Amino acid sequence: MNAIIETKDLKLWYGDHQVLKGVSMDIPEHKITALIGPSGCGKSTFLKTLNRMNDLVDNVRITGEVKYDGRNIFSSDINVNELRKEVGMVFQKPNPFPMSIYDNVAYGPRTHGICSKVKLDEIVERSLRDAALWDEVKDRLKASALGMSGGQQQRLCIARALAVQPKVILCDESTASLDPISTGKIEDLLIELKSKYTVIMVTHNMQQAVRISDYCAFFLLGDLIEFNRTDTLFSTPQNKKTEDYITGRFG
Amino acid sequence: MDKIRQKLKMYSHHPASFFLALLVWISAIFTAVTLIFIVGYILIKGVPHLTPQLFQLEYNSENVSMFPAIINTIFMIILSLLIAGPLGIFAAVYLVEYAKKGNKLVSVVRVTAETLTGIPSIVYGLFGMLFFVTTLRWGYSMLAGAFTLAIMVLPVIMRTTEEALLAVPDTYREASFGLGAGKLRTIFVVILPSAVPGIFSGVILSIGRIVGETAALMYTAGTVAELPDSVMSSTRTLSVHMYSLASEGLYINQAYATAVVLLVIVLVINWLSGRIARRIKKG
Repeated sequence: MNAIIETKDLKLWYGDHQVLKGVSMDIPEHKITALIGPSGCGKSTFLKTLNRMNDLVDNVRITGEVKYDGRNIFSSDINVNELRKEVGMVFQKPNPFPMSIYDNVAYGPRTHGICSKVKLDEIVERSLRDAALWDEVKDRLKASALGMSGGQQQRLCIARALAVQPKVILCDESTASLDPISTGKIEDLLIELKSKYTVIMVTHNMQQAVRISDYCAFFLLGDLIEFNRTDTLFSTPQNKKTEDYITGRFG
Repeated sequence: MDKIRQKLKMYSHHPASFFLALLVWISAIFTAVTLIFIVGYILIKGVPHLTPQLFQLEYNSENVSMFPAIINTIFMIILSLLIAGPLGIFAAVYLVEYAKKGNKLVSVVRVTAETLTGIPSIVYGLFGMLFFVTTLRWGYSMLAGAFTLAIMVLPVIMRTTEEALLAVPDTYREASFGLGAGKLRTIFVVILPSAVPGIFSGVILSIGRIVGETAALMYTAGTVAELPDSVMSSTRTLSVHMYSLASEGLYINQAYATAVVLLVIVLVINWLSGRIARRIKKG
């Protein structure tokens, strides 16, 4: 297995509160990796560290190493905007911009200097197709994105993330606010996407992790307890705590 | 009548409640009546004197035309907003988007802005006269007036813009940064456009203050009732025009007619800001 992101002894503090206590993990390329664990275990924080979204929070201190494509993302010669272009993110709640569907998808490419109409049209169509949304919206690309349903909005956010051609997509509980049908659509979509992209997702839903992930990491109180192939982790967990959690004894 | 009797009976056991109810009723009626009385009085006194000669192009002491004053008012609004608008908006962008939490400068700017809103406008006028008119040697001029008014409405624009920016959900910022956009692009393409309705309501509030101002203008822009040649000309706005007509004592009727025009302008502005506020609520 070929690791696209490697973390080594990653520790993180919000003020005095230590959230990550030394996480070392190699995340395989072109797979879906799920991060599970009870609330407050640090899985979302870990995810947000991978494209340095934690930079936006005040009072954060990070030690250790995160390597993306072999380069430490905290080193001074890394351009954060370039990193976030490569490692995109889909958030918990759909957060389309108050613009048209087209402008939402074109926002990223425009940010990175593409302004030819032909090229943008092409990117918008491809991204919306990849996000399985094209057929539903192709006749109303100029309509406001805020008029779409929650599930459509979330797929639009995925399309928007795909439009900058990232290598990795981080999903932070991206189906948590959606109904089962929309959730199903997005799960199918993520499985589709893993041939081209690496997906890392945080989920509270263990069935979801079993359904779609190849690898699974169990976090508890800031520690990575166990990281393995999903089927192995769920059938024969090595650690007692993992077993207790996946069998529903706590959490 | 029966209903009232029933209510009175209810109150008879609680005399304190009765007096309180009476008090709030009287207050409400008094407020409404005062407003209606003022508006009605101005309309009755002013509308009959709204003659065509009041709107003649040239002002002279025969026709006391308010036309130049209307034009001056419009110029004054535009000029003041050109100065205060960008300054206030950028200051708010700094406070909300750039300054770190607990930054000393932020609290200083906020306290200063709050203090500025509390200062009586005559003090602004005095400052404008000493600084713009005398020290900078601009003389009584539209420019000196506009700068004085700009300082006066700056806190209004800054505060409303700040509120509007704070109301933009953080998820927009996250989404934009998450796509690799920088701060500048995030602010100008995503944040400011969604804050526009709020900013707009601040601008309209400012227009209201500019239109209504006299004290700050008399000592800075002067009282010449003619169309300006340049921004260095002395001018009078509608409010100042009205004040002059009334204080000279010869043109009270024309002053009332001017008041009607002023009233209409203020009502239109209020109506507009109300509409915009509703638009914001709808999202």
